Amino acid sequence: MHASMEGRGPSMEAPEGAAFQFLGVTKSFFGVPVLREVSLSLRPGSVLGLVGENGAGKSTLMNVMGGVLRPDGGRMLLGGTPYQPQEPGDARAAGIGFIHQELNLFTNLSVAENMFIESFPTLRRTPAIDKRRMAERTREHLAQIGLDISPGALVETLSPGERQLVEIAKVLAMQPRIFIFDEPTTSLTAKETGLLFEVIRRLRTRRASIIYISHILGHVAELADEVAVLRNGELVATGPTAEYPVPRMISCMVGRDLKSIFPPKASAPQEEVLLRVEKLSQPGIVRDVDLTVHKGEIVGLFGLMGSGRTELARMIFGVDRYERGTVRVGNGLLPRGDPRAAIERGMAFVTENRREEGLLMNVSIADNIGLVALPEFARAVTGHLRRRRLQEATAQKAQELHIKATSYEAQPAKSLSGGNQQKVVLAKWLLAAPRILLVDEPTRGIDVGAKYDVYTIIGELARRGSGVLYISSELEELLAVADRILVMNRGELVGQFERSEFAEERVMRAAFRQGDEVRP
Amino acid sequence: MGSRASRGILRNTTFVLFVLVFVVFGMLARNFLTLGNLQVILSNSSYIGIITVGMTFVLLVGGIDLSVGSIMYLSAVATSLVVNDLELSPWLGVVACLGVGLAFGALNAFAVTRLGIVPFIATLVTMIAGRGLGLLVTQSVQLDFPDSITLLATVRLGGVQLNILIYALVVAAAALFLAYTSWGRRLYAVGNDPEAARKAGLKVPRLIGSTYVLSGVCAALGGFVSIAQIGRVPAGFGRNNEFDAIAAAVLGGVSLFGGVGTVFPGALLGTVMIRVIQAGLVARNIDIYIQPIIMGAIIFFAVLLDALRNLQLKKLGRRNIMKMET
Repeated sequence: MHASMEGRGPSMEAPEGAAFQFLGVTKSFFGVPVLREVSLSLRPGSVLGLVGENGAGKSTLMNVMGGVLRPDGGRMLLGGTPYQPQEPGDARAAGIGFIHQELNLFTNLSVAENMFIESFPTLRRTPAIDKRRMAERTREHLAQIGLDISPGALVETLSPGERQLVEIAKVLAMQPRIFIFDEPTTSLTAKETGLLFEVIRRLRTRRASIIYISHILGHVAELADEVAVLRNGELVATGPTAEYPVPRMISCMVGRDLKSIFPPKASAPQEEVLLRVEKLSQPGIVRDVDLTVHKGEIVGLFGLMGSGRTELARMIFGVDRYERGTVRVGNGLLPRGDPRAAIERGMAFVTENRREEGLLMNVSIADNIGLVALPEFARAVTGHLRRRRLQEATAQKAQELHIKATSYEAQPAKSLSGGNQQKVVLAKWLLAAPRILLVDEPTRGIDVGAKYDVYTIIGELARRGSGVLYISSELEELLAVADRILVMNRGELVGQFERSEFAEERVMRAAFRQGDEVRP
Repeated sequence: MGSRASRGILRNTTFVLFVLVFVVFGMLARNFLTLGNLQVILSNSSYIGIITVGMTFVLLVGGIDLSVGSIMYLSAVATSLVVNDLELSPWLGVVACLGVGLAFGALNAFAVTRLGIVPFIATLVTMIAGRGLGLLVTQSVQLDFPDSITLLATVRLGGVQLNILIYALVVAAAALFLAYTSWGRRLYAVGNDPEAARKAGLKVPRLIGSTYVLSGVCAALGGFVSIAQIGRVPAGFGRNNEFDAIAAAVLGGVSLFGGVGTVFPGALLGTVMIRVIQAGLVARNIDIYIQPIIMGAIIFFAVLLDALRNLQLKKLGRRNIMKMET
């Protein structure tokens, strides 16, 4: 423990001219402490990388700063004077700009209207909006972050990355002195991420202070001047980024040295083919996709965002239609557009939108886990549930997956952190012991420890003879987990690599379809 | 390119329907779509049109107002009290009329925004209790209005009937407010995502409440225009007009899901459509028991289109991977 406390010397406690300071801030939810006497200061003209596992208290700390939550104890100083925001408006007025992880844009309004929704510029002495001035100022703000879209464009016509950048431009327009970026890059392309980083660096040279929160530790290492690590609501380390390379950040975050980030490979593919997809095509989405998944095999499906991986999985599972081609499970042909048939043949699909598609947020953890396997716990004739058996089975799964909760029966799924929610989704399908598992970005947005658990679970499933189609944008994890990697590019499979041929550069090159115009 | 065509049609369902209705009824009933006839239709559209404008605002924020028919009746009763029983000037009658509309609109707003009652139920209660209150006052007796009121319907300014003029003014004002003021744009924002609107610091309850008040006033004004035209108010005055207004708005492309739609041209075209259909059915001597069935089918169709459009636009809005190549 004490090893990770270093760097938290007295010099960090009261630096001269800090832009912002937390002094012993505490906060509990229902008696459970989520922030324990956090003291942290932010220097003007610097970027502070704030990292920690899901549920470590990063969001809570930022919500306290942004006026969304009120602390139970401790003080905050803004430029040396006491700061006690009562609501988000106070934080804004004090010059703190908060870029939330989720977007708050109105898709039916234009970019310009979204930028000025809080205070439209009006023509003098009329209530009429000055559309020309609004468009001009919007254009300026967009130019600042290098975004080339029309101010009059409706947000619903923009890509996810563009929307995220609009959200950022909106906050920039308020000209805050302190910025909080909460996971700003999750929906950005590599190029857009580059743009954002330039913006952040420019802000820094203008003496703005930036708190940058991300699970992508590489980004933190690249951007931040200082790093602060939270674990279980406690500040366990702060210091210059140079002293905190990524492996050290990770060991501070998890509180122990993970032997590695990935578990050892436990499974090996067998002869039997479980899933065979032939010539699957849907105009505009995928073209002539052939793939097989063997028993005990983990097939990685890699591709850039927007290459059609998710769409392919949805077609295989039967959620979306396809025009041509066949999907076979074992020897049987799977009917098109019929997910129920897919489930009956032992297929399971863990989607990337766990909040929207995978979980009943208000229902207990246990009931969520039991959902798919319910029929197996019904009595033969009457269909009554064998409650006790179900309870035992769900509790066992929850424990196996290290789902952190005080009560599986009483606690609703929404009370869990992101990583634990993802584990609940996995547990739900695992309880039904699928023969074929399709997983789409199962580790997105969850922390290192939870990722490790997810890898272990999927590896264990393959070892017991299931076939897994594993979609991911993180090549590193596919290289560690998969037996074979398929690469997708603009709706077509463009490369296949056996485990013996795994090499990061070659797979990447295939994904970018080298020789083609390279879209980062 | 097929997807672009279908997107175009879905974005412009109102125009497509409008043309369709005119062609169909033009063929069904010859001599029906004459200029004179159209003017009559437009004149008869004005009162329901005004109510539809108010309804459009409520629908834009994702609500619904079932009480407009009863508010029409109540404000007519108030007008009658002032003009017939107290024998005061017709202008005070107008004030009483609009005042009652405002009061009941405010009641709806209170129930929806402060008490948190679902709009459908809140306004259903106002609809039932409001009608009851009106009948309690009138004892179901038909109200007749003096010439001082009915003569208003004959007033022409620059050759245009007063009711059409009032309707035009209401449409113009509403359209301008929706398109060019903060209030209007924020209504769209609330309809799109109330939660995000709250986070953006918009006064969501006040914005939503304002639409019910406006709807109440529009219902009263529409009622007054109708009284001036027909000069009498039977016990069933305004009944079912709420459905005409909702149907007109939805036919005009206003979404029941909130955040989508316009007063001009949307709600205006929707209103004219509804009236053309109704007048066309009468002109064709369609059995009066069949008429409501046909109207029901048309409303169903409009709502279905709204749902389809919502679904389809979402799907079409999804990215098309392979076309991104070029």
